[in-house]
Amino acid sequence: MRHTSARRREALTGLAFIAPWLVGLVVFTLGPFLASGYLSLTSYDMLTPPRFTGLANYRQIFEDPRFYKALGVTFYYALVSVPLDLAVALGLALLLNQRVRGLGLFRTVFYLPAVLPPVVTAVLWNWILNPDFGIVNAGLRALGVPTSHLPQWLVSPEWTVPAYVLMSLWGVGTAMIVSLAGLQDVPRELVEAALLDGAGAWARFRYVTLPMLTPVLFYNLVQGIIAAFGFFTTPFILGAGLGSGAGVDDSGLFYALYVYQQAFGQLHLGYASALAWVMLFLVLLLTLLVFRSSSIWVYYGGERR
Amino acid sequence: MTALRSEATPGAAALPAPVRAAPRRPLGARLARAATYAALVAISAGFLVPLAWLVLSSLKPGDEIFIFPPRWFPSVFRWSNYAQAVTSIPFLRFTLNTLLIAGVGVVGNVLSSSVVAYGFARYRFPGRDALFVLMLATTMIPFQVLMVPQYILFKQLGWLNSFLPLTVPAFFGSAFYVFMLRQFILTLPPELDDAARIDGANAWQIFWHIVLPNLRPALTAVGIFAFQGAWNDFLAPLIYLDDHNLYTLQLGLNLFRGSFRTEWNLLMAASVLTILPVLLLFFFAQRHFIEGVKFTGGKG
Repeated sequence: MRHTSARRREALTGLAFIAPWLVGLVVFTLGPFLASGYLSLTSYDMLTPPRFTGLANYRQIFEDPRFYKALGVTFYYALVSVPLDLAVALGLALLLNQRVRGLGLFRTVFYLPAVLPPVVTAVLWNWILNPDFGIVNAGLRALGVPTSHLPQWLVSPEWTVPAYVLMSLWGVGTAMIVSLAGLQDVPRELVEAALLDGAGAWARFRYVTLPMLTPVLFYNLVQGIIAAFGFFTTPFILGAGLGSGAGVDDSGLFYALYVYQQAFGQLHLGYASALAWVMLFLVLLLTLLVFRSSSIWVYYGGERR
Repeated sequence: MTALRSEATPGAAALPAPVRAAPRRPLGARLARAATYAALVAISAGFLVPLAWLVLSSLKPGDEIFIFPPRWFPSVFRWSNYAQAVTSIPFLRFTLNTLLIAGVGVVGNVLSSSVVAYGFARYRFPGRDALFVLMLATTMIPFQVLMVPQYILFKQLGWLNSFLPLTVPAFFGSAFYVFMLRQFILTLPPELDDAARIDGANAWQIFWHIVLPNLRPALTAVGIFAFQGAWNDFLAPLIYLDDHNLYTLQLGLNLFRGSFRTEWNLLMAASVLTILPVLLLFFFAQRHFIEGVKFTGGKG
């Protein structure tokens, strides 16, 4: 009897400690989550009560050209920037892992841009990428690129997403730190054993380091996908000034930006909720795909999962 | 851009050999080493160029902003740009607002997340593991899903156009920080708790006097992330704040960008001032940043 009452006491104490999170979960997460699901089935403008419309919003989404545009822009950006950033982050981490002197200094320089406010980053790059007065094109001109071939960053639609990709490269610091930590966890004995077996630098990387690093790459990949769908501030800053659009011909209409515009620009709150649920579905689907595929390419220390 | 720069490296091969004291290595190894440093220096330059441009531009007279081809250095260093930038928008007001929101957010996150983490780490109760998994799962929900209902909730509470929607949620634990702190608590020896319990301390006293002091390094990391997050945040203030007097720095910068036919030199000066606290924090607490990123990243 005493035993069970001690257990009960422990359980109650534990619950008391996690109570703040439980309350927050209900009020700020689960409640809104369910409410959003309901709102996605309504027509709602905040002035009159929500009107139930069934799946009308979802039907409308699949006929909405701007939905497809937003999806296309987001996927294009994710498909290019996520692998590219992953590779660059890994490359930088490999360079830093050569037991270099001044490691701290270089690491600081590479990580620094990732902690800056996105508003500042957006405003700064908007100008750096200015096709006429920006330093990127000045550099390209100095390298001999003819004026007629200079990229029209953020000005011509086909140069909008590449501009965002370039900006994302500046922010690879976080992924680099994660990769570097992963590299430092690779047991030296393994690498040295491979060295004794006569493996060259590439073979050591390909067959020892890279497999040990796959959990980190996996994590960065999932984070990258989620980040691409939530990418908002930069496209908002750079696409603004064009009414409800986003960049020339909607070329910067990222998904999260479109949800925001529908919700707070046009007060289509039901429609925006449906868009958000489609986004949730896509993010979960992609993450699930990455998870499912991970048993093939992600290596977890010793045991196969 | 970095790729372009890393190709322009022949000059950097003349760097001093980095391993002077060590016994001479074969030529190939030394060349590889020199190439590594050359690449690091070149890429660093690429990463720093935008920041250098930001600072130099903030000191240019207005008519030197749009010149072709772009020129790096101002003809005179116009320090008065900074004075002008902070007076042409209510910069001090925005700074205080941001500090207030970030400060309250730090206190809320540190307190609530450590309390919750302690509960998950040290007590057994039915459904604990399921709840913990649920907590991690909530991090997969995009903010866009919660954004509209949260807005309606805060509207009904009469909290729109106030700091409450930006600060109150911080007091209910944040999944990332709870996860991080729980892992940290699990590395602390439970004997500490037991000893205090034998001495007659209750659960709260153990948490407050034994666990919290030992958590300090992890709490610092949480505080730094929470501060940086709140300082840099744009979307939530954009949704909840209307009155210019309540604007944060990030909203202020955006206002600046829109309302003047963008005086870029002043905008750059204001930007430099806005990133300064983050930079200082970063330089003084870099270790904590990196530990935190490793922690949530590597073991996630």
